Amino acid sequence: MKTPRAFRETCIKNFFLLTACISILVLTLIMAFLFIQGMPIFKTVPVTDFLFGSNWYPTSEPPDFGILPLIAASLAVTFVSSLMAIPLGVMTAIYLAEICSRRARNIVKPIVELLAALPSVVIGFFGMVIVAPFLQDYFDLDTGLNLFNASIMLAFMSIPTICTVSEDAIYAVPGELKEASLGLGATHWQTIAKVILPASLSGISTAVILGMSRAIGETMVVLMVAGGAALIPLSIFDPVRPMPASIAAEMAEAPFQSDHYYALFATGMVLFIFTLIFNMVAEHIAHKHKQTGAATL
Amino acid sequence: MKNSTLRKAIQSGVFSLLRLSVLINAMALAIIVYFLVINGAHVITWEFLTQKPFDSMTQGGIMPCIVGTMLLSFGAMAIAFPLGVSSAIYLHEYARPGKLLRFIRFAINNLAGVPSVVFGLFGLAFFVTWMGFGVSILSGILTLGFLILPVIIGTSEEALRSVPQTFREASLGLGATKWQTISRVVLPAAMPGMLTGSILGLSRAAGETAAIMFTAAVYYSPRMPHSIFNDVMALPYHVYVLATAGTAIDKTRPLQYGTSLVLIMLVFGMNLIAIVYRARMQKTK
Repeated sequence: MKTPRAFRETCIKNFFLLTACISILVLTLIMAFLFIQGMPIFKTVPVTDFLFGSNWYPTSEPPDFGILPLIAASLAVTFVSSLMAIPLGVMTAIYLAEICSRRARNIVKPIVELLAALPSVVIGFFGMVIVAPFLQDYFDLDTGLNLFNASIMLAFMSIPTICTVSEDAIYAVPGELKEASLGLGATHWQTIAKVILPASLSGISTAVILGMSRAIGETMVVLMVAGGAALIPLSIFDPVRPMPASIAAEMAEAPFQSDHYYALFATGMVLFIFTLIFNMVAEHIAHKHKQTGAATL
Repeated sequence: MKNSTLRKAIQSGVFSLLRLSVLINAMALAIIVYFLVINGAHVITWEFLTQKPFDSMTQGGIMPCIVGTMLLSFGAMAIAFPLGVSSAIYLHEYARPGKLLRFIRFAINNLAGVPSVVFGLFGLAFFVTWMGFGVSILSGILTLGFLILPVIIGTSEEALRSVPQTFREASLGLGATKWQTISRVVLPAAMPGMLTGSILGLSRAAGETAAIMFTAAVYYSPRMPHSIFNDVMALPYHVYVLATAGTAIDKTRPLQYGTSLVLIMLVFGMNLIAIVYRARMQKTK
């Protein structure tokens, strides 16, 4: 027999378990409702035509629901932004974790945190009114609202993610590895390049993937800055329409439960699957190559 | 030795490169703030902060947006904070390693990665349509609340982790039950850290746009909200609408700068409070 006190303890424990399961519930509901609202489009448009159709004209008669240009645009902005964000993010992380003094750290760390805190709509607005006219003049373009501009803005949104997660990974490298390398006469940089970075590679990879996941799902920046043309980009200065931009721009005008409405939910489903894959890969790497200590290296 | 001077030279070259990358980040932040301040500072007057917009939004202030953003972000916090803290208590204090724990963590990590526009779609399909709340403060609060839930869980767990194990052992050793230990020893010690985390969640909710554009925010609302079933105006959505969809985009540009500046002052203010507070906590430890 359990005493009343033990019974109460079990109840309390189960209460906390229940609240912890709410995250599972919400994730399940998100998947379920995207699915329920997205599936009807596949009655009128076959899945392959939807995914690989290269025309997105949802409001013309008859409408075309091919999201290949949107997928291509999302992948393109994510790729180009990561070319900028990965080096900048990882280098800042190395600086923070290895080189800077305590005082410099107290300045640099808040900068990264404030960069992370910038609302996306403000970055989008900045890209629209300051960066776009500048790019247009400087490169003599038809429009400054394009893939390149969106990628720069997205890069500064994913840098804080990449930097913070990488920094934790570098910190987690056991001190004795560093001491051993320095003791053998290697310089600080040689130690970083040949010992610390290889040892923290799995954590840095996780950081990079999380940063890319952030970039592919980011909405306001691509909505305001990417230009909005639903075409497969051929140049870095082409205007594009990534998936989140299409959803956000068209949802307000899509009639409730029309094909267009369903198609936007299905696009959301595709976007969700992309980020889910990114996150699962990141988790897999983090779990598989867990940094536990010197003995495992 | 020649070799060692070369190695030193390479090292200082690389270190300069690292410093340069930090500088680029700092510059990016500084440039954004600079342009918003020089173009927006003169717009911010007492009238701008306390008036409603008029003349189809080309004149007047942003008071309804400030009120709306406050309602949405504090409302979201009222949902996310209790849920987040109690989830963190389970994860850190009760859970044993195993399948269930891995599954819960998997869900939280993936929830954190769900794009905000997908949260918006979910809010539209579930709260607005299926539950029948309509485009309302309530729908917005619930959507934003679940969006910031992973942030709150993460920072709360961090706060619990920073409470020394000896605190728990001392309490348990005196014969306290697990719940007595948590409620009277662990939580009071972890509360400052949890509050810091909640400020960060608040700032995240205040700046969020895509999640509220289908669920709570409207272009223009003639009245102030008086119930949770009313729609609202909100700062981030106001910036977006004025900058892209207004009839007089160029005419309202100063208002756009002003609204953006108010928004980042709000968000940066919250973050700076959290940063300073955290630094002070680390000092006293």
